[in-house]
Amino acid sequence: MTLSPEIKPGFRDPVLDAQSVFRSLLEATARPGRIHTLEGITDAPAPLHPATAALCLTLVDHDTPLWIAPELQTEESLAFLRFHCGCPIIDTPGEAAFALASADKAPALSSCTPGEQAFPERSTTLIVQTDGLEAATGSLTLRGPGIESVHRLSVKGLRPGFWGEWQENGSLFPCGVDLIFVHGTDVVSLPRTTVVDADPEES
Amino acid sequence: MSQKRPTAASPEQTSEQRARQRWLSTLAKADFEDLEALWNNLPAKPAWTVIRPPEIGMVMTRGRAGGTGQRFNLGEVTVTRCAVQLDYGAVGFGYVMGRNRHHAELAAVVDAIMQTPSRRDALERALIAPLSLRHEDSKRNRGRKAASTKVDFFTMVRGA
Repeated sequence: MTLSPEIKPGFRDPVLDAQSVFRSLLEATARPGRIHTLEGITDAPAPLHPATAALCLTLVDHDTPLWIAPELQTEESLAFLRFHCGCPIIDTPGEAAFALASADKAPALSSCTPGEQAFPERSTTLIVQTDGLEAATGSLTLRGPGIESVHRLSVKGLRPGFWGEWQENGSLFPCGVDLIFVHGTDVVSLPRTTVVDADPEES
Repeated sequence: MSQKRPTAASPEQTSEQRARQRWLSTLAKADFEDLEALWNNLPAKPAWTVIRPPEIGMVMTRGRAGGTGQRFNLGEVTVTRCAVQLDYGAVGFGYVMGRNRHHAELAAVVDAIMQTPSRRDALERALIAPLSLRHEDSKRNRGRKAASTKVDFFTMVRGA
């Protein structure tokens, strides 16, 4: 007999929960910088946050190669993703449709694929687990489609140099990586069109 | 990504796989009342968590005319599936025809316990063997009833 590591349960109602998470993510992407809460998962496999697990259950399946940063690869998280998502787990973020990482060790945005001119939707969506998200008071200033004037945002625990790479990512439009920040059950989505001005001391 | 999936009783299967196929088939074909009654009589049961709640879907069944012809789609059947994990880690799956969620969950739990070598024999005697016996019985009865309605047509040979 093969003893499996503990597999945490997925959504209680796979159809309705996935729909509601998808709807929330859609809202979050339409209004970059606003914090949305994802319900559906309370008990996520360590070290994934509940919102990360909910996003994976909603977005990831056998058609979407997934890259997971080494620090997030535990027996428990891999068993959860293999069982519930059935996704191929690959070694390089460059071929991934979705990539999971933590904020302090986020991969270089240039190592993810920005898509092609003819197929910009084939880019990687990077899901980053942070130490905290705060809207309205943060040191980041967000502009772009979906934002009337500016939004303030703070992302805790992010590695230095990230926002410089984000600026380069924005210049690749229509290609480019999309970004989802996660903390607990909170998500903030930054599509490639969002322009971020970081305070010099935080970037 | 296309992997060759072994079909029923293919030679490259291990004996472990064949054994599991047998008990999964017995659990799927069993009458739910029988299964539940036998399950309730069991002395010790492990705790389990449902990792994939019972869900109802459709599966396309296929057949071959006479068992040898071209494969064709016979039609879709409703199937309920469920996955559970026991407190000590074994994962069990239940796939049953119809919409009975409890049947699928119970089948998954029994499958998980059957994968534990130390508990297999006891459960085989208490649950799987009686169920498969009952299934064989009902199959024989049905066969007998059908056989009793058989009509032998014969034609008089003219001019003999």
